Amino acid sequence: MPKAAVYFEEIPLSQQTPETLTGAQIVVRLLERQGIRTLTGIPGGAILPIYDALSKSALLHHVLARHEQGGGFMAQGMARATGLPAVCMASSGPGATNLLTAIADAKLDSIPLVAITGQVPKPMIGTDAFQEVDTYGLSIPITKHNFLVGSADELLSIIPRAFCIAASGRPGPVLIDIPKDVQNQLVEVDEWPEPGRADRVPAPAAELIEAAAAMINAAARPILYLGGGVVHSGASGAAVALAEKARLPTVMTLMALGAMPVDHPLSLGMLGMHGARCTNLALDECDLLIAVGARFDDRATGKVAGFCPQAKIIHIDIDPSELDKIKTAHIGIAGDVGAALAMLLPAIETPARASWLARVTTLKAEHPLRMPGIDDPRTPYGLIRAVADCLDDQATITTDVGQHQMWVAQAYPLRRSRQWLTSGGLGTMGFGMPAAIGAALAEPQRTVVCFTGDGSILMNIQELVTAAEEDVNVKIVLMNNASLGLVFQQQTLFYGERIYASRFKGMPDFVRVAEGFGVPAIDLDRESDPPAALARALSSSGPMLIHASIAMHEQVLPMVPPGAANKEMIGG
Amino acid sequence: MNSIASTENQALSRTVLELDVNNHAGVMSHVVGLFSRRAYNVEGILVMPVGSGVTSRIWLLVNEDERLDQMVKQIEKLEDVLAVRRHGAEHEVFVRLEEFFR
Repeated sequence: MPKAAVYFEEIPLSQQTPETLTGAQIVVRLLERQGIRTLTGIPGGAILPIYDALSKSALLHHVLARHEQGGGFMAQGMARATGLPAVCMASSGPGATNLLTAIADAKLDSIPLVAITGQVPKPMIGTDAFQEVDTYGLSIPITKHNFLVGSADELLSIIPRAFCIAASGRPGPVLIDIPKDVQNQLVEVDEWPEPGRADRVPAPAAELIEAAAAMINAAARPILYLGGGVVHSGASGAAVALAEKARLPTVMTLMALGAMPVDHPLSLGMLGMHGARCTNLALDECDLLIAVGARFDDRATGKVAGFCPQAKIIHIDIDPSELDKIKTAHIGIAGDVGAALAMLLPAIETPARASWLARVTTLKAEHPLRMPGIDDPRTPYGLIRAVADCLDDQATITTDVGQHQMWVAQAYPLRRSRQWLTSGGLGTMGFGMPAAIGAALAEPQRTVVCFTGDGSILMNIQELVTAAEEDVNVKIVLMNNASLGLVFQQQTLFYGERIYASRFKGMPDFVRVAEGFGVPAIDLDRESDPPAALARALSSSGPMLIHASIAMHEQVLPMVPPGAANKEMIGG
Repeated sequence: MNSIASTENQALSRTVLELDVNNHAGVMSHVVGLFSRRAYNVEGILVMPVGSGVTSRIWLLVNEDERLDQMVKQIEKLEDVLAVRRHGAEHEVFVRLEEFFR
């Protein structure tokens, strides 16, 4: 896999400085020096100087999205699969506004993204010029930081700084808005800046680590609660080591799935709104909750007052503002979770914990995740299992948002960090397919499977042509229940079965749609041997759409009603 | 608002925040956006450049609220904010301005 670190030697150092370059050429050169090799976007008037400079780059592969949001999610797929900042581009006005959803999604899931937008020339800013919008103002609340570039020489500091900010501490998206005249401005470059790298994070406070170790050693009924920060930190090995040494039953958030293999004996799988009964019931009984890189999201905690009501809390997070935000921690530790876990591990004793582990085993036996139809590939769980049976842990799994996402989160045997790419915080339908394209571009050796629904896929269906054009190894499993399934489910459960605006009357022929975009497709409904058809489809190379109808009445269970405590689960 | 009693009453529950920030267009938006998105009113704002003008100082007068600790942490995360200090309502920066608001 190409990594930024190995790239420096490849730069022809013979390029003599000083050179006189345009702002656009500086942008391209800095991206090359940063180690970027693939970026996504759509050109337009206000970013054409940069595209002209891109056309002369031998190192950068530009992937032409068909909607800026699709380009943004492709870049997210690259960033989520590798952990490295990825780049997307858009022109001014509608190009920039179309990108906003993908940027907001990256903010909520802490994904390192550098978005570069063209802007109208500086003298025209504020005149309501053609395709002018206040991109800087619009992006303030959904970026980690943003820049409006005032002159070409500022690019030499802003672009490396943008990568540094995106990757440092808690990762996140950074937007750089570049007026067209700045792109065309000539400046002399004497010296190139170092590429932007993640800043070092201060080490966690040793006395807090010591106190946390003592609290873990003294706990009778502890639970380890892993969040997406474990994935970002590359700390899944350390987290599993802590669980094993301290004998901690372990729950994961949606974002952390894969950090501990789901079939690990200590794993209780995903907690929260669609977690297994045993998982939420164990949390209800715990006397110590060790939150690592998790942020007590409402979909994980349910009603906060009812979440782990008897537990003391140790909270480790790289972002100090997460400590005490939702739940006051008895010990709050700011720092990189990998560093904190490494310091914690030697101070951990291995207690017997026989009664608590026995209690968790009993809960698992009495209240397991029920997956009806798991052996029938024409049911949701069965289809997911049949797909998993064709793949190994090297495959990457993306999802869109809705019922299919929760079924996959519950049922797919995720065992690898960064195996699982899903829109957690923002919950953006339309994420899955472009993110899968990005993941496949970043790691072409892997099979990337995108589970999607008939609602979600239509929100970025245009990127099928990008998948065909790039010939990415993306397999789209379309679970078609002819409805907005999670809305249908909520209306069924909580709105007196008043089904409104969630059942589709018109239904595209998705097989023909895919074929029309140049993506081969099969319809599992018409296959007499679905597992064999799946195996053939998943072992082919290049993009493929696999259509499978599922029943409209299928529900994701258990379900914690919105606003209720996690122990008040329905079904399952 | 003008009676001494009500001013004193409010002063008990107010906080003055002092921010050192980079001085460029957009910094104020970043800071006040953190408050407005939480429907947390800023009662008073005062900004002037400091020294050479590379940095500015922002004084904010806000009501005490259970969210204030979180607000300060969020402000500290802003790239253009160099330092945040908290003062009690007795801080004279806004008191001395009161004559301009009569």
